Amino acid sequence: MAQPRAERLMNLHILLLGAKRFIGKDAIREACYADHPRGAAGDEAFERAFERDKDALRQIGAVIEVGSADAFFDDEIGYRIPTEQTSLPEIRFESDEAAVLGLAAQVWQQATLARATTRALAKLKGQGVEIDPSRLGVVAPAITADDPAFEPLWDAVGKRRQVSFPYQRASETEPTTRRVQPWGLARSSGRWYVVGLDVDRGAERVFRLSRIVGPVRASGKSGAYDVPAGTDVRAVARRLSPSFPSVRAEVRVRQGTGVGLRRRAESVTPLEGLAGWDLVVVEGPVHDLSDEVLTYGTDVVVQAPESLRDEVVSRLRAVAEGPR
Amino acid sequence: MNTQPGDTAPDQVARLLALVPYLLARGEVRLDDAAAHFGTDADQIERDLRLLFMTGLSPGLPGDLIEVDLEALEGDRIIRVDNADYLARPVRFSPAEATSLVVALRTMVEAAPEEARDVIERTLAKLEQAAGQDGEGLLRLHVTPTPLEASAVVPVLESAIAHGHQVEIGYHVPSRDEESQRLVDPRGLARVEDLLYLDAWCHTAQDDRAFRVDRILSATELETPVADPGARARDLTGGWFTDGETTTVTLRLAPPARWVVEYYQVTAQRPGPDGTVDVDLEVASEQWVRSLLLRLAPHATLLAPAHYAEALTAEARATLSLYEDDGVDFS
Repeated sequence: MAQPRAERLMNLHILLLGAKRFIGKDAIREACYADHPRGAAGDEAFERAFERDKDALRQIGAVIEVGSADAFFDDEIGYRIPTEQTSLPEIRFESDEAAVLGLAAQVWQQATLARATTRALAKLKGQGVEIDPSRLGVVAPAITADDPAFEPLWDAVGKRRQVSFPYQRASETEPTTRRVQPWGLARSSGRWYVVGLDVDRGAERVFRLSRIVGPVRASGKSGAYDVPAGTDVRAVARRLSPSFPSVRAEVRVRQGTGVGLRRRAESVTPLEGLAGWDLVVVEGPVHDLSDEVLTYGTDVVVQAPESLRDEVVSRLRAVAEGPR
Repeated sequence: MNTQPGDTAPDQVARLLALVPYLLARGEVRLDDAAAHFGTDADQIERDLRLLFMTGLSPGLPGDLIEVDLEALEGDRIIRVDNADYLARPVRFSPAEATSLVVALRTMVEAAPEEARDVIERTLAKLEQAAGQDGEGLLRLHVTPTPLEASAVVPVLESAIAHGHQVEIGYHVPSRDEESQRLVDPRGLARVEDLLYLDAWCHTAQDDRAFRVDRILSATELETPVADPGARARDLTGGWFTDGETTTVTLRLAPPARWVVEYYQVTAQRPGPDGTVDVDLEVASEQWVRSLLLRLAPHATLLAPAHYAEALTAEARATLSLYEDDGVDFS
C-alpha cells in the first residue's frame, strides 16, 4: 500500500526540523520518498511530490531554509527547518483574552479564511490556551466573501503570483482582460476590492470583485514580485476609489427618522426653535453623505458644510426638474 | 485512509503538530478531554494519533518512531505519547493563518462596543507580535465592516433562530419615534431589496411581524423555546409587504449608476441613448424606489410608471423648499 501523504509530510517535517546541517535531496528522497523508484519517471514524480510537500509545509507555517548540503561543494542543494524560527513564540492569554479568540473563530463566513483561523487557534490550543467563547458578552461581526473571484485572488496574494481576469467597468459595454500583480484585498461598504499593480498600465489600480466577470487565472511562479513596502491596501483602495475626504457634517433630521444617520452619529441634540427636528453630527466622505442624506428625502436637511449642502441641492434640482 | 470530506493531508498534519505539544506538556490526557479542548470529536483525534504512530525521526527504525500507547488509547481512552520531544512546540502561524486571525480581531475592534475594545486590543497586540515585527508575517487584507455586518444584533438573531429560542428585542418605531421592548418568536431573516428583515411572531402585538433589522437596537436570546418550533419563515420576497402586489418600474441609468444592475434583481435591460441602459425592476415599495432614485441623482431617471415619477419630482421639490426656507440662494 502506498504511504499516505499525511504520513510522508509528517516524516519530512520531522526529518528537516532542527537539522544541524542542510539535508541533501538524495537523503530526503531515501528517507521519505522510498516509493518513488529511481529512473526518469520516478525522478520526475519525486520532484513534483517534493515541491508540493514543501509548499504544504510552508502553508502550515514551517520555515524551510535552503542551502548547500555539502561543506566543500555547493552543487548539492539541501534543506532544513530551523526550530526557533519555525516554532510559535510562547504567548500567554488572560481568560478574557482567550474568550476573544473564541469569538474570532466566528468572524469569517468564507471557507478558506475560516479554516485558516481555525488552524491558527489550534496552534494556540496546542500551547495550552483554553478557548471559551461563551464568557464574553460580545458578539462577533460576520464577514462574507461570496464573490467567486475572492478565493483565487486570496491565494494569489499569499503566493505573490500574477493573475489575469475579465473586468467589466461600469462605463464600458464590453469587459476587458486585466493583468494584475495583486498586493492585497480590502472590504469597504460591503464590497471587496483587490489592490495591485496593473501590469499593462504600469500603475497601481483597484478592482471591484463583483465586476470581475469571469475566471481569475494565476500564471507564472510564486513570489514573482514584491509588494511595495508600507503598502496599506485600505489607503490605496480609498485613494483610488471615487470618494472624497471625510468631513464632519451637521444635518437636521426629523425626529423619528434617519435611523441610519442617528446610529453612527457623533451627537444628536433636539433643535431649539424648530420643534420636531434634531441636530445630528456625522462624519463621512462628502459623496457618501450626500447619497445617504438624499435617500431620506424631506426628513433630512444639511446645515454644514457648504460643500455637502451644495452637492445635495444640485442633485435635488436635477430630480426636481424632471426628465428632460 | 479515513478522512473526512474536505480534510486534506496538510490539514491532518497541521492538527497533529498542534496536538502533540499539548499532549507532551501534560504527559497523560483523556481522549475526550483532548477532543473537547480542540473542539473536535474523539474519533478524529484517534485517527490522527494512528497516523502519528507511523512517523518519527528515522522511519523504518523501531525505537526512533514516535510512541503512542495504543493499549491505553483503546482500553482506557487515555493518550500517552512519547519519543516526540522535538515536536514540543507548535509551528508558528503561517502568513495566511496569522492574517485571518488578526484581521478577524481588527474587525471585531471596529464593531465592538466601547467597553469591550480594551480586551480585544490587548489580544490583538499579542497576536500581532507573534505574527512578526511590523506585520511582516501578515498578508494584506483589510475589512471595514458595514453597520449591518458590525451589528451585534444579527448573530444573536441567527443563534436564536438556530436554537428555536425566543428573543427580546428593543425596536425603534420611526412613526412614533420610540423604542419599544418586544418578546418575539424569530422564524427567519430575509433580505428584501437592500434591507434585512426579521420574520417573527410578536407576543407583544399578538401577531406576525416583520422587523427591520437596522431598527432593532438590542436583542437578547432567551432560554425559553418558541411557542411553535415548526413554524417556517414566510417568503418575504414575494411581495409579502403589499399583499403580493409589485410594480414594474423602468429606470434609465447613466454609467455612474450602472451598479444598480449588479446590485438588484433586474428583470430586463435594454440599451438607452448616449451610453445609458434602461432597466426594469419589480418593486414592492414606492418609497424604496424614491429613495434609490434620489441617491442616484443625477445619474438615473425614472421612466415609468408616470405617477411614481411625479411623486419623485414632488419629493425633490419639497426637499428643496426646506433649503429655500433656510436661505439657500437658488440663483
